[in-house]
Amino acid sequence: MSVPLLTSLLSITARAGTSLLYATLGEIYAERSGILNLGVEGMMMLGAVSAFAVAFHTGSLVLAVVTALLVGTALAAVHAFLSVSLRANQVVSGLTITLFGTGLASFLGQRLGPGGTRLVGLVGPALDRLPIPYLSNLPVIGPSLFHQDLLTYGLYAGVPFAAWYLYKTRAGLYLRAVGENPETADAMGIRVGVTRYLYTMLGGALAGLGGAHLSLAYTRGWTENITGGRGWIAVALVIFAMWDPLRAVIGAGLFGGINAVQFRMQAAGTTVPAALLNMFPYVATIVVLVAITWWETLRKRVGAPAALAIPYAREEKG
Amino acid sequence: MSKRLWGSIGFLVVVALLVGACAPPATPEPTEPPVDEEIADDELPVRAAFVYISPPGDLGWTYEHDRGRLMLEAELGALVETAYMEDVGDGPDAARVVRQYAQEGWDVIFTTSFGYMEPTYEVAEEFPDVRFEHCSGYMTRENMSTYFGRIYQPRYLSGIVAGGMTEENLIGYVAAFPIPEVIRGINAFTLGVRSVNPDAEVRVVWTNTWYGPVLEREAAEALLDQGADIIAQHQDTTEPQKAAEERGMLSIGYNSDMRQFVGDSVLTSPQWNWGTYYIDTVRDIIDGTWRTSQFWGDLESGVVMLAEMSPLVPDELRQQVETERERILNTDWDVFCGPINDQDGNEAVADGVCLSDEEMLNMDWFVEGVIGEPG
Repeated sequence: MSVPLLTSLLSITARAGTSLLYATLGEIYAERSGILNLGVEGMMMLGAVSAFAVAFHTGSLVLAVVTALLVGTALAAVHAFLSVSLRANQVVSGLTITLFGTGLASFLGQRLGPGGTRLVGLVGPALDRLPIPYLSNLPVIGPSLFHQDLLTYGLYAGVPFAAWYLYKTRAGLYLRAVGENPETADAMGIRVGVTRYLYTMLGGALAGLGGAHLSLAYTRGWTENITGGRGWIAVALVIFAMWDPLRAVIGAGLFGGINAVQFRMQAAGTTVPAALLNMFPYVATIVVLVAITWWETLRKRVGAPAALAIPYAREEKG
Repeated sequence: MSKRLWGSIGFLVVVALLVGACAPPATPEPTEPPVDEEIADDELPVRAAFVYISPPGDLGWTYEHDRGRLMLEAELGALVETAYMEDVGDGPDAARVVRQYAQEGWDVIFTTSFGYMEPTYEVAEEFPDVRFEHCSGYMTRENMSTYFGRIYQPRYLSGIVAGGMTEENLIGYVAAFPIPEVIRGINAFTLGVRSVNPDAEVRVVWTNTWYGPVLEREAAEALLDQGADIIAQHQDTTEPQKAAEERGMLSIGYNSDMRQFVGDSVLTSPQWNWGTYYIDTVRDIIDGTWRTSQFWGDLESGVVMLAEMSPLVPDELRQQVETERERILNTDWDVFCGPINDQDGNEAVADGVCLSDEEMLNMDWFVEGVIGEPG
């Protein structure tokens, strides 16, 4: 593989994987606390439309990103209320969030433009690439990994932080305890409900941020169905990564970059069965799913949250 | 579950099977052509319903159909009433929506996605008094027409613009699916390119989706990385155009006049203009002259056109496009008249021979100058 091709592949993979990785990190936090949130697609979509609308009308990217965070958080709070406080079925609640989020985003996209017109086709401020001094001069990884936008750089800190937080801090231990065995966590004095609320909302915020990256940096502007199923891919990615932030990086690169790679191979004249290549990430997810279901040692080792999607009530014995 | 419940379910199943078995075989009702007399004044307005595959906000395919609907309203005013349903999936969803419009007594229903063909046909059988107009398919009935346009003609003209403007002699083409409609477009475009620039090549990347903003962009970026300096497309969004614009490169749009959404880097766009067809169709209904038909409108009909060119296109090139437009409009010559070589350099259409509509509608090979696999 030639150096320019490798550089270009790394660059596009980092860029394409950013939104996916934010959403996946968010879902890892939520699922580690025992809350399955299938609303990722909806939260991303709403994050994308609100971020772009705010950027367009105020010209402020900071405000746009903050809005996306808040919108994602708010939507996730609804899910948390339903699944923690009301102990509703999390699958149903999550699906509802996705349906609601995508529908509302589409609705808003048709009305949030100037004077109540549609947002589609408008050009607003965008997150430009910001080469990092010195680092961007490194061979291969310089022009690829250090020639990105701020949100991508955010992940360079966010991923190691998540790994450290989950495994090395007391708060991370509490989080995993709540997702693993809420009864014990409760007995230890950890507030299960509050914990679940917090991390579900954090997950929503990150999903909103992922959406914002789409509309502010990757495919600038608002388009109907801008996420194109990325929220669902993120849900699959969490399983593929076995709830681990570092493995999620590999997954996001793989899932996010696969089309970019496939298109480059086509453009370079190599014939690859595109359908087969596109299938690969999902097949890999199924393999992981089967492995952790059958192989208990692996499940224990990776720390798959045992109480995932199971509502917790103090008086009920599990 | 209790025994009694199982018993009653079993009983119901048996009854259902018996009733099913005894139902009379479905005999097709004698189909008479829909009564098409001049509509009396008190029956006006003509009610026309539209079914869209995506929201009109796609700025592409559906945007153009909706622009046609609005032209219809503007032109006929009180004589017509319209409605539309957006974002209707192919298949059973489409059948449900079309049937609902038919039941509500709409006079004509325009269904605007290839995937609506069978659902439309199915409903057309049930409602012989309603007229159905399906875009881009081939199935017709006494009360169901099909309509489409020879977009390959403006595509050929847009190819001349691209061929004259490329400096790298490499043009990228983001394409949806390897089906005849798309292949025909790529070929017509390439013939246009090579008519003014025999050294230029057109490189194709398939996205396998009609509507995928992220995928369309990624495909365009892959082609730009490969050295293409102009991006053409057969997709539903403006994303490939935006990708080219952001890299400081040029592009050729499709569906709508994408220059107004993206900027002057969009040199021109082969564009749909359904309004004229919708107006003619509703006029026919008012006059009682509506008949089933297969419409494949050309440049002359106005259903397909080349959008206004960007100021970046030099006069000389505009003149060349104009000359070719005149040739299509005023002579027997058409885009797929020989001599044409195929991708491997073998003669595919001999000098003096023109492909028939049938051959064009089944096209599954690439002309010389295209790099990529037709499927």
